[in-house]
Amino acid sequence: MNQFAQLFTTLDETNKTSGKVDALSDYFRAASPEDSAWALFFLTGRRLKQAVPTKLLRAWAMEQAGIPDWLFQESYDAVGDLAETIALLLPPPTGVDETALHHWVDRMNDLRFQGVEEQKRFVLEAWSQLGTPERFVWNKILVGAFRVGVSQQIVLRGLSKAKGVDVSQLTERLMGDWKPSAESYEQLISAATEQENLSRLFPFFLAHSLEDGDPTRLGPVTDWQAEWKWDGIRCQVIRRQGETWLWSRGEELITDRFPEIESLAHALPNGTVIDGEILAWADGRPLPFLQLQPRITRKTLTKTILRKAPVVLMAYDLLEHQGQEIRALPLVERRSLLETVIQNASGNPCVKLSPLVSGADWLAVSAEQARSRELGAEGLMLKRRSSPYRAGRTRGDWWKWKVEPYTADAVLTAAQRGSGKRASLYTDYTFSIWKNGELVPFAKAYSGLTDIEIQEVDAFLRKHMREKFGPVRTVEPLLVFELGFEAIQRSTRHKSGLAVRFPRILRWRRDKTAEQADSIESIEALLTLSQATQPISNTENPENPGSASRERFLFDL
Amino acid sequence: MKPAIQLTERGLYCPQGDFYIDPWKSVPRAVVTHAHSDHACRGCGQYLTTPEGLAVLKVRMAADAVIETLPFGTSTHINGVQLSLHPAGHVLGSAQVRIEHAGYVSVVSGDYKIEPDRTCTPFEPVRCHLFLTESTFGLPVYRWPAPGEVSSQINQWWARNRSNGQSSVVYAYSLGKAQRILAGLDAGIGPIITHGAVEPLNQAYRESGISLPPTRTVSQVDNAKEFKGAMVLAPPSAQGTPWMRRFGEVSQAFASGWMQIRGTRRRRALDRGFVVSDHADWPGLLQAIEATGAETVWVTHGYSAVLVRWLQERGTEAQVLETRFQGEAGDTAGIEEADKPEAGQTQPEVAPS
Ligand SMILES: [Zn+2]
Ligand SMILES: [Zn+2]
Repeated sequence: MNQFAQLFTTLDETNKTSGKVDALSDYFRAASPEDSAWALFFLTGRRLKQAVPTKLLRAWAMEQAGIPDWLFQESYDAVGDLAETIALLLPPPTGVDETALHHWVDRMNDLRFQGVEEQKRFVLEAWSQLGTPERFVWNKILVGAFRVGVSQQIVLRGLSKAKGVDVSQLTERLMGDWKPSAESYEQLISAATEQENLSRLFPFFLAHSLEDGDPTRLGPVTDWQAEWKWDGIRCQVIRRQGETWLWSRGEELITDRFPEIESLAHALPNGTVIDGEILAWADGRPLPFLQLQPRITRKTLTKTILRKAPVVLMAYDLLEHQGQEIRALPLVERRSLLETVIQNASGNPCVKLSPLVSGADWLAVSAEQARSRELGAEGLMLKRRSSPYRAGRTRGDWWKWKVEPYTADAVLTAAQRGSGKRASLYTDYTFSIWKNGELVPFAKAYSGLTDIEIQEVDAFLRKHMREKFGPVRTVEPLLVFELGFEAIQRSTRHKSGLAVRFPRILRWRRDKTAEQADSIESIEALLTLSQATQPISNTENPENPGSASRERFLFDL
Repeated sequence: MKPAIQLTERGLYCPQGDFYIDPWKSVPRAVVTHAHSDHACRGCGQYLTTPEGLAVLKVRMAADAVIETLPFGTSTHINGVQLSLHPAGHVLGSAQVRIEHAGYVSVVSGDYKIEPDRTCTPFEPVRCHLFLTESTFGLPVYRWPAPGEVSSQINQWWARNRSNGQSSVVYAYSLGKAQRILAGLDAGIGPIITHGAVEPLNQAYRESGISLPPTRTVSQVDNAKEFKGAMVLAPPSAQGTPWMRRFGEVSQAFASGWMQIRGTRRRRALDRGFVVSDHADWPGLLQAIEATGAETVWVTHGYSAVLVRWLQERGTEAQVLETRFQGEAGDTAGIEEADKPEAGQTQPEVAPS
């Protein structure tokens, strides 16, 4: 039990993802298969039924601590958590906890079928052996309320690191009703079976930004294939031996979230893997990314959800053809094979071949790139025709060339301290714009200033703070910044009525006063201009690479 | 027989002896239990403290303050009242004040703790009729881990941070808590840097004969590379100030009794919370009260109502006494409130630009 309690404490105290992954990996290296199985069960949010009624636990704890009801209540009010209150109130342990987690859990599972006296004897025995952190975790398990602040993805990354099994494989094996035991755990971390190799995805190839926006330095335009850069959910569709798998870039299996794509895959020949992007699509153009959210977040997909945001697969690339892995082939050859595959499935409205954008020279391509927004794209992808399909973010062959962001001048109205090495500085800002003569929050941003500017803004903020709301301080509305963002959308969740995607600071407008900042009307004009259907970048948020954090950064205000 | 103590708007007063104990406004004569700012205010005509507490009190008082001392356990008579000081175990030189008048003994505890602490004289129970006790941590959920256990947790944490290239910052009261943590540090791990608010008190402790591991202030460090992986002791008010920036990547911890509660640890949003307090925990309070044999107990700052009810249910005559003493900083109150005892006492160091 103490190993597991130790892990819980470390996860509880660690803010960094890498630290959590390391702690998990250390745990799974050291723990027995039986314990690992139960640890995995609890850490991934699976729960057992409450074994003992809370009322009884409370009564036994008061008896053990020798305190009356009112004092228990005072303590509970100060602590705010029943399992923790009990853990702290009990007298120090008299024994040493040498019992493994799985023994405790096994015995607990029998408890529901026993009488109150048996239950009490067992609970008191556990309490008398466990130290405070162990008791806390144990009480949480007893009342069926164990929770820890890590996602399944992070837990599996830790397990993957310890056991050398792919996260995607672990994800798939854990799906459904996974029963914890030494056997099921061993099976979970065992080498892939032939059947499992069937579902295996390839590492995604990711593009770098064309930072200076100048493609001419890439050489002759004829060496490059240009496509629109769409904003949706990057994925791989795998069709092998009559079965279909849909993997997101975060290696999550999302097949059941997109039944349209699954049925489309039935039309694909066995031994096919397509790299593409899922987009919500209507009337010949993509819907805002936000429309895809219910597909991911809702537990069950209702007909309404399916109807409101019909999806398509925008096919980019072909990685496996007729059962042969073809990543090493040059892009032009893969593209022509992809075209054949899509043509053969062309009766299906749910698949589209990513259109090519052509131009006689870079100037002509630039002109195309400039009209990205009209089409609901956010720029162009430039891919070297001779390039293989590489793994990860490799520089040189794939570039994303985004259009200039939307901009607005907004007033800094609140700030919060940064994290990590910037914990001592106010670096996370809230910006507001005018609405009916009042400044309303519009976007949050935390990058784009130089270190010197950050220090200057920090010093200013400290002198002009007003109120405090948790970690957030409101400040006098005096500084104006030009913000850039990728997309705007109406939102009922935000006070301004608008949500923007990937806002960031472009520059400090020292020449402007708060009164000269933009108003809601000028932002709404942008919305009309783009027919409310701008795409929203998905591939890489410059501040937050990785897809795990993606949902949090959707229209984050 | 009547208590020789009453509560006035300037603080606890002994009318027969015409002196105050830990007044919160300036008075002609103040007996000071210890140098924390909620117990030792500036501007009094004359102070009485223990010889051990002298150096520390001098750091906190005006340069021309008149401070007399009275050794632990020695009696003096003021206007016919017998007065003596007894170890409270809170910080260096901290005392309980015993007043005997007409056969009635009253003891004012000031702040105290029962656990051993090698940076100050251990608490000694004093038999009395009336005991005036603090109750900062007067709830049974507060029970301190063994002090050695916490020291080794801090050293392990420091060593691990250092091997990850991070500096370790512990926020603790400049007087008492900082020295107690310092005394438990393993100087073999790396350099120990102290904030400008802490270092004068380290010196006062050393002058008073308490051995502490070697420390340096920022200005005493020639090579900025030494900051990396160092242990930094600073008052809570230093959190988030420019002074912190020189330490690069840091892991931060708060050392306080409040860190016993998970919610409080998480609210502070620091990397670690170490349970270290210079106040008595619940068992400590009960043990101390019991040992006095007092028939009447007055309870001040903290969970006074809880402790009073507990004592009353056990047949002790008890009541709440509303004073202006403060408990330990760092509970739900924000950092600003928490730091009041530190504010204005010393100049924070300014970062060179
Ligand atoms: Zn004190
Ligand atoms: Zn106090």
